[in-house]
Amino acid sequence: MSFERFGKISYVSQSKLSGFIKFLEEGKIAGTICEKCGKIYFPPRADCGPCLCTNLKWIELSGEGKIESFTNIHYPPTSFKEDAPYILAAVRLKEGPITLTTLNKSESVKDIFIGMPVHLVPVELSDDRLSFEARVK
Amino acid sequence: MKVSIVGVGQTKFGKRQDASSREIVFEAFQEAIDDARISSKEIDASIICSATHYEKQRSPAGVIAEYLGLNPQATFNLEAICASSSVGVRVAWSMIKSGLHNVVAVVGFQKMSELRSSEIQEVMGLSGDAMWESPFGTSMPAYYALYAKAYMERYGATEEHMAKVSVKNRHYGAKNPKAMFQKEITMQQVLDSKIVSNPLKILDCCANSDGASVLILTNEDRAKKMNDTPVWIEGLGLGSSSMSISGRQLPLTSFTCSVEASKQAYRMARLEPSDIDVVELHDSFSIAEIIGYEDLGLCQRGEGIKLIDENQTYVGGKFAANIDGGLISKGHPVAATGGSQLRTLVLQLRGESREAQVENAKFALSHNVGGIGMYGAVTILGV
Repeated sequence: MSFERFGKISYVSQSKLSGFIKFLEEGKIAGTICEKCGKIYFPPRADCGPCLCTNLKWIELSGEGKIESFTNIHYPPTSFKEDAPYILAAVRLKEGPITLTTLNKSESVKDIFIGMPVHLVPVELSDDRLSFEARVK
Repeated sequence: MKVSIVGVGQTKFGKRQDASSREIVFEAFQEAIDDARISSKEIDASIICSATHYEKQRSPAGVIAEYLGLNPQATFNLEAICASSSVGVRVAWSMIKSGLHNVVAVVGFQKMSELRSSEIQEVMGLSGDAMWESPFGTSMPAYYALYAKAYMERYGATEEHMAKVSVKNRHYGAKNPKAMFQKEITMQQVLDSKIVSNPLKILDCCANSDGASVLILTNEDRAKKMNDTPVWIEGLGLGSSSMSISGRQLPLTSFTCSVEASKQAYRMARLEPSDIDVVELHDSFSIAEIIGYEDLGLCQRGEGIKLIDENQTYVGGKFAANIDGGLISKGHPVAATGGSQLRTLVLQLRGESREAQVENAKFALSHNVGGIGMYGAVTILGV
């Protein structure tokens, strides 16, 4: 099992973090936590930069967070053409980390605001691919 | 020992489907050599700056140095995306300061129209973290739009404030024969233009472009012999930020790489922001100029919109910003941009700018940002 199943299009196929895909399959949002300094990473990292250590463990996250900023993309990269417009958001999770993600297609940009509570959920895409997205609570 | 920029050259920026990248570079090189009044034989190293992915040639320094007649001297490629040629100047400064080289050419170029626009769009999607962010369909404008939205929320900025940046820059672009767009626009035109990634519209964004810039640098002794009033590099700063949004400081209202770079440059130059007469800001998007005023310490946080509202960054205002039209008018041939900004400032400090000139300018600052805010390069020049 490898990382190439992540996202609509993946540009990185091999990683120490392929376990992330397994969590998505189980409907879970998981990050990693550094056993030395306690820092939680999402998206996960295999290594802790500040500690220069590799003692990281998977940790299941609540998925709850708030929108820090967002934009409605009208001119997407070519491979995302049929999805446009779609909403890209920076989400800050309850546990601290910030991540970039898209909002569920059913959301309308006029209803979205900074500070809006959302939760991250795993999503199955076509061709057996997996990702996550934000949904309005 | 100081280091001086003694020669500047730039092609007209825009779509150049009549020439290859090496031929475009040749035009700017000729102009810089003429300006410096030296022979190309005197150049003992060239730094060839270009961003990757825009053309098929691997290691372009090989072919560019050959075409310019710069073999067998030292040459190599340098890349920091949009900030490439500013970083090139930093490296050239170090090479001269160390005594390793006497005359160094910093060549910045980009031939973006070699790709189809669908290919360019795809490349732009890879401007962020390709592992965790590109799979969500990110784009250059989208990253800046996140900052625009957060800045609007925090400081009450409006789309009109951002539009005013484009109106100002296009006003000056109309006077710059080297700009891609040489026509003024109105605020209404900006507001009515097509949405790219809201709140950014097409007239808030710089355009993909072809072009080249060349700067010739040398040491103090040589510069003094060549010119009565050489333009000196007084300060250099280079900062970085995380590439991913995950590592950025919240709220998304400041590019910390620029803050770091400007602090370094002011310290090295022993100058304060208030000493600066002319500024070239990296206005890849209109919001970036407003945030840039603040990141460079040219005004307080949240006051960037006041500066633009009160027309304080036109010639005659508190300081003049992007009076060559900025990226918004000139177009943005990625790695040529930093050199173009410095060319503008050299002409300003020499008092040779024909179109828009700040009288008796003593100190000038360029701000060149790489990518979505990973690399911040600030260069302070003085006479």
